[in-house]
Amino acid sequence: MTDIIKLSAAELVAKMESGELTSVEITQAHIDHIIATDGQPLDADNRAAGKSGLNAFLHLNAEEALEVARGVDEDRAAGKELPALAGVPIAIKDLIVTKGQPTTAASRMLEGWMSPYDGTVTQKVREARMPILGKTNLDEFAMGSTTEHSAFGVTRNPWSLDRIPGGSGGGSAVAVAGYQAPLALGTDTGGSIRQPAAVTGSVGVKPTYGSISRYGVIAMASSLDQVGPCARTVMDTALLHEAVAGHDPLDSTSQNRPVGNFVDAAREGAAEGGLKGLRVGVIKELSGEGFQEGVLNRFNESLELLKNAGAEIVEVSLPSVKEAIGAYYLIMSSEVSSNLAKYDGVRFGLRVLPEEGPITIERVMSATRAAGFGDEAKRRIILGTYALSAGYYDAYYGSAQKVRTLIQRDYAKAFEVADVLVSPTAPTTAFKLGAESKGDPMALYKGDIATVPTNLAGVPSISLPAGLADEDSLPVGIQFTAPAHEDARLYRVGAGLEALLESQWGAPLHEQMPDTLELIRDFDFGA
Amino acid sequence: MSDEILSFEEAMEKYDPVLGFEVHVELNTATKMFDAAPNGFGNTPNTNITPVSLGLPGVLPVVNGKAVESSIKLGLALGCEIAPVSHFARKNYFYPDTPKNFQTSQFDEPIAANGSIDIELEDGTVFTIDIERAHMEEDAGKLTHMGGSSGRIQGAEFSLVDYNRAGVPLVEIVTRPIVGAGERAPELARAYVAAIREIVKNLGISDARMERGNVRCDANVSLMPKGTTEFGTRTETKNVNSLRSVERAVRYEIQRHAAVLESGQKIVQETRMWHEDTRETTAGRPKSDADDYRYFPEPDLVPVVTDEAWIERLRSELPEPPSERRKRLKTDWGFSDEEFRDVVNAGAMDAIEETVAAGAPASVARKWWMGEIARIAKDREVELTETGATPQTVVELNKLIEAKKINDKIARQVLGFVVEGEGEPAEIVEKRNLAVVSDDGALNTAIDEALAAMPDVADKIRAGKVQAAGAIVGQVMKATRGQADAARVRELILEKLGIEN
Repeated sequence: MTDIIKLSAAELVAKMESGELTSVEITQAHIDHIIATDGQPLDADNRAAGKSGLNAFLHLNAEEALEVARGVDEDRAAGKELPALAGVPIAIKDLIVTKGQPTTAASRMLEGWMSPYDGTVTQKVREARMPILGKTNLDEFAMGSTTEHSAFGVTRNPWSLDRIPGGSGGGSAVAVAGYQAPLALGTDTGGSIRQPAAVTGSVGVKPTYGSISRYGVIAMASSLDQVGPCARTVMDTALLHEAVAGHDPLDSTSQNRPVGNFVDAAREGAAEGGLKGLRVGVIKELSGEGFQEGVLNRFNESLELLKNAGAEIVEVSLPSVKEAIGAYYLIMSSEVSSNLAKYDGVRFGLRVLPEEGPITIERVMSATRAAGFGDEAKRRIILGTYALSAGYYDAYYGSAQKVRTLIQRDYAKAFEVADVLVSPTAPTTAFKLGAESKGDPMALYKGDIATVPTNLAGVPSISLPAGLADEDSLPVGIQFTAPAHEDARLYRVGAGLEALLESQWGAPLHEQMPDTLELIRDFDFGA
Repeated sequence: MSDEILSFEEAMEKYDPVLGFEVHVELNTATKMFDAAPNGFGNTPNTNITPVSLGLPGVLPVVNGKAVESSIKLGLALGCEIAPVSHFARKNYFYPDTPKNFQTSQFDEPIAANGSIDIELEDGTVFTIDIERAHMEEDAGKLTHMGGSSGRIQGAEFSLVDYNRAGVPLVEIVTRPIVGAGERAPELARAYVAAIREIVKNLGISDARMERGNVRCDANVSLMPKGTTEFGTRTETKNVNSLRSVERAVRYEIQRHAAVLESGQKIVQETRMWHEDTRETTAGRPKSDADDYRYFPEPDLVPVVTDEAWIERLRSELPEPPSERRKRLKTDWGFSDEEFRDVVNAGAMDAIEETVAAGAPASVARKWWMGEIARIAKDREVELTETGATPQTVVELNKLIEAKKINDKIARQVLGFVVEGEGEPAEIVEKRNLAVVSDDGALNTAIDEALAAMPDVADKIRAGKVQAAGAIVGQVMKATRGQADAARVRELILEKLGIEN
């Protein structure tokens, strides 16, 4: 059984097509592994008891997943035509609404809420006939980079259980890294797909803004949010990206243009000579100071491999990225303050009555929001409310938008001399849970330096593993960025580098990951 | 409890009013501004909704293209410039009638700006009102406060909210300050709102029913001492739901402001609520320019881009403006000012226009619609157009009269039968045998009988007292049940008695 869960989505498809495996076998194997590794209980009722496992899932959807799998198997047996990923199970970040399963955004505010409608990506997953394994953990409303801001417990990194899994999409990254799911959907507002991918040794893509519909994705910061694929291989992210991308009339910001040939691009990149002549621009500002030594070592080795494979390495400068964190936290928090206003106890979700005094609408709203939001959500709502206030708007939100324009220009200029840009995904490997994140929030925000600029510019990025850092044997991520709508380039260069690295390692990076069941057995969850 | 007010005359002696209006027009599009929920009135609460109009987690808005077209048409009708690119913004405030706790509106880049319209008062005086902007936004839901005695939020035990209206497309029309109306300010206020209502109705973009809130007016009033030019502090009066209320509310606020200023106090900048029952305003929530809605560009929507060809197509589709149409019709019909005003006030303009188009002279059309048909409508308490009489009825009646088939009196009877549903005028004349008796033989018999019955009158006529013939004519008309042509009868009498006419 353990062999099934280690297969990639592309391999699973091949084995289903050859009749070697059924979707039910595949789906059941993943459900079994989730139950074995995620920790009990998996249900909301007993959540307070905490979990003694990875805690990547907030909800397990076993019954429905198996039903979908059975349907796929029957149709395959009957010789019916099936979508490319039919029968391959998937995990969905609990920020994306799903009919028939709870959607919480990892917030007390939505605990127990059942969406009456499916998001567009959810619908696409259903149309693709993919069994949905369940909903994955995240920082509350996707705000954080450690998944410690989930109202339902931390998710643990399968490389080392006392380390952060990254965030906000720690659940989706750990689900794929920990062999609980071959594929997962995440969302990326400032790095929430890529940074968790980097610290868990998996692959994550933030597509071009507007490539995948946001309808049914609980909004954090509308102008930055983008849905994207998570997997253990570049090819798998390409397969999933193709399955869920495309114009959606329900999302005004979705791009009305054909979906690219990502799978072909990945295949071409991985082939002999696939990287020849590719101009790779190393971002000067994001490849030196402030980055962990082991991260830089792996990064520079990857550059060597690319160069040896015929790529042309050039240096580019994005002078405005030094302002990116400031601009990002103002724009993001401003939009957050407005997007999260609807959580007030009036129409859905949590309602808390004031403990004493009159019950007026203002007081019910206050009590609900005080009880329902965690500290990080409150911090960002307050920051955003302040940034939009009369008299401060120009200085904060207005200036941030100007910086955003400058960053977009920086990228446009860099892409004149390079086909793709490259940097490490995150300055460090996974740090310890609790330690760094409980102190100065600004220190934590600075960890987003390499990922937020692409959200501000709306351009696509991929993070894939570049190896393990010498000092802590934890995964290092490398990030490529392409011009808007050129997502295919990411799959080409990503699959190309992945092939070069794997031929060095002799196996996928995850083969070096400790056995999760053993880690759990030996770990003290009481700590 | 009631505020002190000054008499209107005294207020006008000392102060000049400055007005300003924000008129909200609900568009009659099939669906809402940002989603596919139906835009309907009077449906079961919370049935015209989708996840979008409820603001559920994850939803996104999409602009209703029809609503944009309607807004452009309205902007053009108000003489505005249409922005090549305009944006939506979020107006953030917490209130349960707004499902997202922000209203999606246009802020610094409205679809239409810088227009003006001429408003004609009843006596023909024309005021030009400058339009600052017309912008698109969404309506809020409707709150019903339960358990209190007043139906107001104060004292209510709980409130019900109906989101059927949440997201209905609105255009808000904002005027520039209106100076110089003087004592005609209340009248002008009414006329302005009436004109907006007429324009949107004429464009077909709104049902324009004020009692349903399709057209809602917030009236801003301030006073400045006569001879000065610096605007005073203004109040914004809401809940003004009829044309009559607009006039009364403006008048009341002028009087109240004057009393406050006369007593040496200051006007508080605030929202006032109009109460039609007591004909007073009461203080609403304080409103200051410091109200902070934290506007910022709506990141879920893309800009509304209008190109020249689209605007020109919509411009070419605009119906004739109501004021120009009135001018044209008055000239065409040759009515006096008074006649035309009566026609307009009676709501007979459309009917007369159609009647003229169907072939009757304007004077005849006016005579029927303002006379007999108006009387029937009044008796039955229905609209002019609801009596059963149509422009075609009037045309046919007129043809029968001109052909001397019937006379005016019979024509009125025929109309009565038409209204009763007996059929078309010609059919009724035929069926009821109402045609004028034009057979001289039959008339001569009746005349002979009348002369024989009144020999003394016959003698008087023979003696040259021609006017005495009236009595014989009357007798003949009676005998023919009014169906004779009186003039012909008179001719025959004189002929018979050998009198040269």
